[in-house]
Amino acid sequence: MRNNSVIGWLLAAPLSLVLLVFLVLPIAMIFVVSFWGATEWSIYPAILLDNYEFLLTSDVTYRVFFNTFKYAAITWAFTLLIGFAVAYYLAFHIRSLTWQIALFLLCTIPFLTSNIIRMISWIPFLGRNGIANSTLISMGVIDEPLEWLLFSDFSVILAFVHLYTLFMVVPIFNTMMRIDKSLIEAAADSGATGWQTLRHVIIPLTKSGIMIGTIFVVALVMGDFITVRFMSGSQSANMGRLIQNDIALLQYPSASATAVILLITVLLLIGTLLRFVDIRKEL
Amino acid sequence: MTTISKVRYSRRAMLKAGGAAVAAAALPAPMVWGQETKNITLRQFGTGVSNLNDVALKVKEDLGFNLEMTALDTDSVTQRAATQPNSFDIADIEYFICKKVWAAGNLQAMDTSKIAQYDNIAGTFRSGLLTPESTIAQGTAPHTVGFTTGVDGTEFVQEESGWMTLIPTIYNADTLGIRPDLIGRPINNWSELLNPEFKGKASILDISSIGIMDMALVVESMGEYTYPDKGNMTKEEIDLTLGIFTEAKKNGQFRAFWKSFDESVNLMASGEVVIQSMWSPAITAVRSQGIPCVYQPLEEGYRSWGGGLGLSASLSGMELDAAYEYINWYLSGWVGGYLMRQGYYSAVPTTSKEFMSEDEWGYWYEGKESKGDIVSPTGAKLAGPGEVRDGGSFLDRMGSVVCWNSVMDENQYMVRKWNEFIAA
Repeated sequence: MRNNSVIGWLLAAPLSLVLLVFLVLPIAMIFVVSFWGATEWSIYPAILLDNYEFLLTSDVTYRVFFNTFKYAAITWAFTLLIGFAVAYYLAFHIRSLTWQIALFLLCTIPFLTSNIIRMISWIPFLGRNGIANSTLISMGVIDEPLEWLLFSDFSVILAFVHLYTLFMVVPIFNTMMRIDKSLIEAAADSGATGWQTLRHVIIPLTKSGIMIGTIFVVALVMGDFITVRFMSGSQSANMGRLIQNDIALLQYPSASATAVILLITVLLLIGTLLRFVDIRKEL
Repeated sequence: MTTISKVRYSRRAMLKAGGAAVAAAALPAPMVWGQETKNITLRQFGTGVSNLNDVALKVKEDLGFNLEMTALDTDSVTQRAATQPNSFDIADIEYFICKKVWAAGNLQAMDTSKIAQYDNIAGTFRSGLLTPESTIAQGTAPHTVGFTTGVDGTEFVQEESGWMTLIPTIYNADTLGIRPDLIGRPINNWSELLNPEFKGKASILDISSIGIMDMALVVESMGEYTYPDKGNMTKEEIDLTLGIFTEAKKNGQFRAFWKSFDESVNLMASGEVVIQSMWSPAITAVRSQGIPCVYQPLEEGYRSWGGGLGLSASLSGMELDAAYEYINWYLSGWVGGYLMRQGYYSAVPTTSKEFMSEDEWGYWYEGKESKGDIVSPTGAKLAGPGEVRDGGSFLDRMGSVVCWNSVMDENQYMVRKWNEFIAA
């Protein structure tokens, strides 16, 4: 018995160590530094509340917070709709396993290229004299180029949806594949319409997949800075941008304070999400 | 190979210095053996404007050692100089960055007696005076942060002390870049940047120490406020300046902000932006795509900047000697000529002149009409015969400088406010 518990501890030790060194310590460091002071070129240990005070008393922070949630919410809605539809099609409309796997791999092919490249390639497409505008003008749909296509919230969210939909497709597809097909037959036999089957059988059973996808997408969008930077032409900001700017200007303590607030927010959000679905049980 | 080029180099230096004795004093005995030099690698980093692969190739050819170049945006350059002293040997930085990071102690001062061309370095970097009659512009003028007390000096001194923080290499007068074909009327004032006519078609750079000066010039030109010293604003002045620009941003005046100079090229070349803060090689790059772009001289004058090479505090021995050798080579003309053909000014114009044709010198430096085609260092045509450089001659341009890129006393406050402006 005693022997077993020693082995148990030993088995858990490598992972615990890795998490301790590469996750807990850095976060603790960020937390500590968020109270430090900064000069032009260095940071010095202190216990100051300045960083939090500046952050929490500026109305810019609140607007940026709102923006961060706005991006997360809208992106979430679109990726869920598209991701669910794609996963549903793959799981229930494609009959052969070979085709399912082939089409699923097809979905991942764009992801073999760099994130940044997929994002930046939108810029010439959406620009004032870009392909989208010149096509619409030559088709006679519009007379003047549409300015809001690029360097706007529209382009930011478009890029987010494009970049992150796969993170929704994968977990939803995974859970859908594990749904016992006889349940759907039973629903049909009991006289349920396709819509009712979807509503009362499939969605409840894919909840855990949806939740995992949601966590991926929300965490990615809330932590992003580079997409917002490039697709909005630095005209919009989220929390990640605030942190990036601070770091660029050598204000590490202030960046840490923002990071701590962002971390707490995301943790609260994910904690709330997990209340709705017990992922462990569902897996 | 190495030794031969060294001899050739020394001979040239001697001729320029006017005699063997002077050269010997200025270049204390060649310090390194050719074979060993080949194994030396100097790591240099800086902004994209002067970290050019052509320079590294030429160094290998002329001096025999390796030069590794890393090009970063201005903020990343500052960050690296302040926080990663062991990641570089040579810092190619701007003077305002020097003011920010010198106190961190990551750079060592340079002995001017080892710099062969010291006496030919432009006055701007030594006494601060372009010509004896000049007045010194507001902001962080290079000579104010160019000298220190000794090799380990931490304070800046205001006279030529024999110890330089940076060896100056490059400087220029910056202004707004415009697309004359898309604007179709003359632009003469900084205030045009916020003219509602260009709503959604303007841009400014997101580098606080530079951007704030462009903003100050715009604010003064609009008649909103005249700063006692825009190079050293008070908190109220910072609030006022950024307030005006935040309002403009909210009204949709700006299409985008840019951070690295290639971004500004793309914005301008694609027609997303028709008026913006811009740097000289960006204009060159737009033009070499065959797109009209003017570096528009404005009535209020120019915002200027200067850059130079600094040595890492950890350099010593043979590497340090190699670094001095490199810097002396840098000032000996080839690089200067290269940079001048991009529209910059070399800190030692006399040596650069020897590496430029008479026509190039006339066009870029003297503001004369070109006689033939003017081409960029990479061979793209920039101007045809009979054209004149935007803004005219060196004295016309540098003589109209009204401020330098600045680090103010209230810099930390400004930086936070700047971050808010970007996020607003």
